[in-house]
Amino acid sequence: MLRLPEFEFLEPSSLEEAVKMHESATEEVAYVAGGTDLFPNMKRRHQEPQTVISLGAIEELSTAPEEVEIDRRRFVTIGANVSLTDVSGNQLVQTLCPALAKAAESVSTPALKNMGTIGGNLCLDTRCNYYNQSFEWRRSIDFCMKKDGDICWVAPNSPRCWAVNSSDTAPVMIALGADFVLMGRGGEQIVPAAEFYNDDGIAYLNKGPSDILTQIRVPITPGSGATYLKLRRRGSFDFPVLGVAVWIRWNNKIVDDARIVLGAVASYPRIIPEAATAIIGTDLDDDSIEAAAAAAFRPSKPMDNTDLGLAWRKQMTKVYVRRALHELRAQTD
Amino acid sequence: MAKLRVTLRVNGEEREALIEPQATLLEVLREDLELTGTKHGCELGECGACTVLIDGTPVISCLALGRACQEKDIRTVEGMADPEPHALQTAFAELGAAQCGYCTPGFLLTAEALLEEKSEPTRDDIKDALAGNLCRCTGYIKIYEAVELAAARMRGENAQPTQEAIYGQQ
Amino acid sequence: MASSESRGADALRIVGTPQTKIDAVSKVTGRTLFADDLKLPRMLFAKILRSPHPHARLTRIDVSKALEAPGVKAIITGADLPIPFGILPVSQDEHVLAPDQVRFVGDPVAAVAALTEDQALVATKLIEVDYELLDTIKSINDGLTKTTPLIHDYGDKDNIHKLINLEFGDVEEGFEEADHVREDVFFFEGNTHLPIEQHASLADWGADGKLTLWSSTQTPHYLHRAASKVLELSPAHLRVIACPNGGGFGGKSDPFSHEIAVCKLSMLTGRPVKISLTREEVFYCHRGRHPVLMSFKTGVDKNGRIKGMHLRTALDGGGYGSYGVASTYYTGALQTVTYEMERYKFQGARVFTNKVPCGPKRGHGTVQPRFGQEVQLDKIAVDLKLDPAEMRLQNLVKPDSTTANWLYVSTIGLGQCIEKVVDGSDWKTRYGKLPYGKGLGIACSSYLSGAGLPIYWNKMPHSGVQLKCDRGGGVTVFCGSTDIGQGSDSVLAYIVAEVLGLELVDIRVVTADTDLTPVDLGSYSSRVTLHTGNAAIEASEKIRDMIAQAVGDKLEVPAERIRLADRRAFDVEDPEVGVSFAEAIQITESSVGTVGSLGSYTPPRSPGRYRGAGVGPSAAYSYSAAIAEVDVDPETGFVSVPKIWIGHDIGRSLNPIAVMGQVEGGVYMGLGETLMEEMAYRENRNLMHRIPSMLDYKSPTTHEMSDVVTYLIEDPDPNGPFGAKEAGQGPLLPIMPAVANAVYDAVGVRVDEIPITPEKVLEAIRKKEQGKEGRYGPKEFPDVPWPEPAQVLPPWEGGDGRETDPPARKVK
Repeated sequence: MLRLPEFEFLEPSSLEEAVKMHESATEEVAYVAGGTDLFPNMKRRHQEPQTVISLGAIEELSTAPEEVEIDRRRFVTIGANVSLTDVSGNQLVQTLCPALAKAAESVSTPALKNMGTIGGNLCLDTRCNYYNQSFEWRRSIDFCMKKDGDICWVAPNSPRCWAVNSSDTAPVMIALGADFVLMGRGGEQIVPAAEFYNDDGIAYLNKGPSDILTQIRVPITPGSGATYLKLRRRGSFDFPVLGVAVWIRWNNKIVDDARIVLGAVASYPRIIPEAATAIIGTDLDDDSIEAAAAAAFRPSKPMDNTDLGLAWRKQMTKVYVRRALHELRAQTD
Repeated sequence: MAKLRVTLRVNGEEREALIEPQATLLEVLREDLELTGTKHGCELGECGACTVLIDGTPVISCLALGRACQEKDIRTVEGMADPEPHALQTAFAELGAAQCGYCTPGFLLTAEALLEEKSEPTRDDIKDALAGNLCRCTGYIKIYEAVELAAARMRGENAQPTQEAIYGQQ
Repeated sequence: MASSESRGADALRIVGTPQTKIDAVSKVTGRTLFADDLKLPRMLFAKILRSPHPHARLTRIDVSKALEAPGVKAIITGADLPIPFGILPVSQDEHVLAPDQVRFVGDPVAAVAALTEDQALVATKLIEVDYELLDTIKSINDGLTKTTPLIHDYGDKDNIHKLINLEFGDVEEGFEEADHVREDVFFFEGNTHLPIEQHASLADWGADGKLTLWSSTQTPHYLHRAASKVLELSPAHLRVIACPNGGGFGGKSDPFSHEIAVCKLSMLTGRPVKISLTREEVFYCHRGRHPVLMSFKTGVDKNGRIKGMHLRTALDGGGYGSYGVASTYYTGALQTVTYEMERYKFQGARVFTNKVPCGPKRGHGTVQPRFGQEVQLDKIAVDLKLDPAEMRLQNLVKPDSTTANWLYVSTIGLGQCIEKVVDGSDWKTRYGKLPYGKGLGIACSSYLSGAGLPIYWNKMPHSGVQLKCDRGGGVTVFCGSTDIGQGSDSVLAYIVAEVLGLELVDIRVVTADTDLTPVDLGSYSSRVTLHTGNAAIEASEKIRDMIAQAVGDKLEVPAERIRLADRRAFDVEDPEVGVSFAEAIQITESSVGTVGSLGSYTPPRSPGRYRGAGVGPSAAYSYSAAIAEVDVDPETGFVSVPKIWIGHDIGRSLNPIAVMGQVEGGVYMGLGETLMEEMAYRENRNLMHRIPSMLDYKSPTTHEMSDVVTYLIEDPDPNGPFGAKEAGQGPLLPIMPAVANAVYDAVGVRVDEIPITPEKVLEAIRKKEQGKEGRYGPKEFPDVPWPEPAQVLPPWEGGDGRETDPPARKVK
């Protein structure tokens, strides 16, 4: 039986208390919400916090999705601890942000979605099949730079880690222009989703260590549409080997604004402005869709560290971007 | 590290145990409470064998801390027979939906939660609900048939396995 | 065992009717105890330290620090258990713990027993081992060509473990006679069983100087032999109990290091010791499907009748022998039992590599060449513009015949299987006519109902059954067979209840315990229903006859008029005259003493007498035909299989519902292998297993599983108990080629390699679009230093089943 190592388990009842606990820890410390990412990683000993701070008892994190007005803009807000099941099954989310509902629905399995939270999926540790392995396996290759070693086996000459951002919901949040509310040492701050991620397999989140993602704010943009397509081997369990999130704002059947974001092809959700540019100002005719697909193909750089081959995954970028855009065009008909 | 005293409500019974503080619910059930009906196939949330219900919702017991499950209603396969087997258990037995029987407890509890929510699930509803439970013996088909049979009986119908399920297509 | 068959189907009350398996309620209520559910007072926990290197010499091992660690009670290394073992007598090449050389990442090196599993784990990390790294043998090609370093110091040549060369008639002559000859190369990647239960074992060295081992094993008898040999313990003092297996599929058929290690640790500590493997360790046990590269050269006449076939196979065996010699023979054994074949030549080679050892998985060794054979037949049908289903139907092996390689086929229901799936799938109106992206494909197969010979040479029965009758009317069945979920315990109960006129609830079944039960060789080669079933019939009929005599005497009715039914023994001509079964036992016991009996079964001797003829014979062959319907996404290459029609020749279903489950389960496992399952290694990174986890080793979920329409063809076989043949393995075999053939029908490309992943399909489609051959697959078969062939004449060429001496032909 694969077991957890020993650790100190803390259960603060407020955000302030949680941050304080994190700040005062002298050794490695981790927050945990659903546990579906952290605990397997701890069992394999590639995350080894001596202290684990549970966010489960902090009530405000569990605020169900609601429609609110902030600074005269309308948002759907979601508490970070809301389970993926409750996000994907929420009527408000399904109506106002169906792409998010779809992305949340596509995560892992029903039982894991009951446990895993939206905040957890957005902060998901980057993945790599040189890294998501047991201690013994990793020791056999003398470890890698993300944990206990010096080298990135995916690209041995690289100074950086190429672990993959494998979140389904993160690309959608960026495409939708969501904001994340963080609580940390300096109090509350609001970070656009697009600025929350770094292209680095190790320092993949752009936040202070003790900062807690507390709330997600998804803006409601009239006349917009969005979707998320996920590529993976099986209809459940599997992380994406490619995610395509597209958001479009229409103005009289013309694309007024757009965002195209690729998941699982880099250490962060990769925004492809040139793909968006290719469709802005068009009525999303076949030519502009092809141009966007081609634009997304070039910067899509999957590495040999997930399921399925990288060359094929790169090719699929074109197919999936094309399909996503066709889907959005069909929605307007 | 010092052991931790916990009280868990399992199958309606208050159970006290002295556990390793980091023990998962799976370990507490199997090793401290002798409820070995809950199985394990990976301990990483990758197979669904250890599924139990917490407050009626399927969860993966290998990824839940035992200590964090206090004050919740935990239901394991042992709690399904009271003492007569649950309609799902009877249907699984009748249709051979349990072959080796190892993944079976996880399927039963997941299916029970589904039927609690939907008394007349479609085949697709069943596939979706059970998509996080791996079975290597049955090809899932006898499991779908058993869930459908149990659902019908739980709705009060006098249902029997179909001829095709038993003998194949003639 | 024709006597119970002669009772006639109308007389059967249990056989052929749906039954709840006798252990089903226990399983669905969570009461069945699997090996890891067992717990004994003062039990210790064991962990194994495994090699981090694919190939190395051990130069130093120091356990002193680990011995000091908290809770540690004992540590053993290779020096503690120097005697080698292995499942086959010809491959005694494993050690419980490596004494001097490690041969794959995961090879066991040391074992620790401690108070807790965590303490044992910590201690393994404190064991110091120095290794001198050796070059690795990574592939079939390496194994065939690299002469140093040697993975083992035995084998047919350098790193080639086994070489086979058999000729049944002159295939060259067949090719000359043929109207059409084609040669195709295929590759089948290795894959693993992935039982949901991880292997676990518990050993207890008793105060009486006897050892008991509980284990998740499919073969307690072979484990008993191996463990007693290595432990230098008399088999009389070792008791092996196979727990119910949480899935086996062949993966729990070898004696494993961890099983014997806990025995030794228990003997050293005087306490019970348990081990429960992690999923990653289960991948390092493996013994699954061999990667096989194969070449088929086949000549046919214009009707697709096979004039000659030349098959070459090359197997990547991994680090140890396991069942590999048998696996190699099996790759060439069953080509001849489906379609008539006038001449046949088989060459097989197995190489050692520094990967996890391969062995038997469902369909053992026959699955890979069946894929190649059935895909090539499909190509031939296309070449000849014949309907692939019709072509197969026209060329079936006849019942009661002997094949070119001297396998005796008693019954063959394959024709009906084909007809059923053809009708059910609307093949005639849909094959070749579906829109681009949709397709149908057909394939057939056959499998053994039990191997004709045991693993080790002996003349003893393959299966023994003992019955004990209670004065109260209960009957206990003792048999060494092991229930791995297939329902073998229930089969014993059905048969005994049927023959003795009892209800299932009256039968207690005690199995898989080497102290209590007569030997049964184990749950492999789909042998249990046929072998134990026949032994159970023999034992039951002895009781029936004893009762008939005693009760007949008492009632003054001739013994032959006494019938057993409805828990009674009565005069068949005047059913009112009779006694209850319990009374019948009491009467019999008063007359002859304690009522018990023994039954045993040995399959009939096969007519083949050449070296290698021991692999392939069976008392009965099951047959399957499948049609797969696929959807291929031509932009991604993704293949989904919405529906499969399968016909299976079961002889007779003892319990149709259990047979249905075996068929559907076989289809499932076949589908997983077809589409996604593979043992993948990183050749440039220490030859690591790329994905030793349930998440990354892909097995189909509910979303990938097809709808299955099953047809059970019942044509009782004279050798089967009540006519029954196997269902556990056969239905898996046609799935891979049926899907591959359907992919061709859908998008016009051939993927001559398993698994059929989207990448491969897309590449083949792209090539076709570029005007190249629309194919993905291996291009050539490597050079192999084949030995001189053994020449055996087929029956119709006047052969006698022996090698011709001198050879009938000059070797070309």
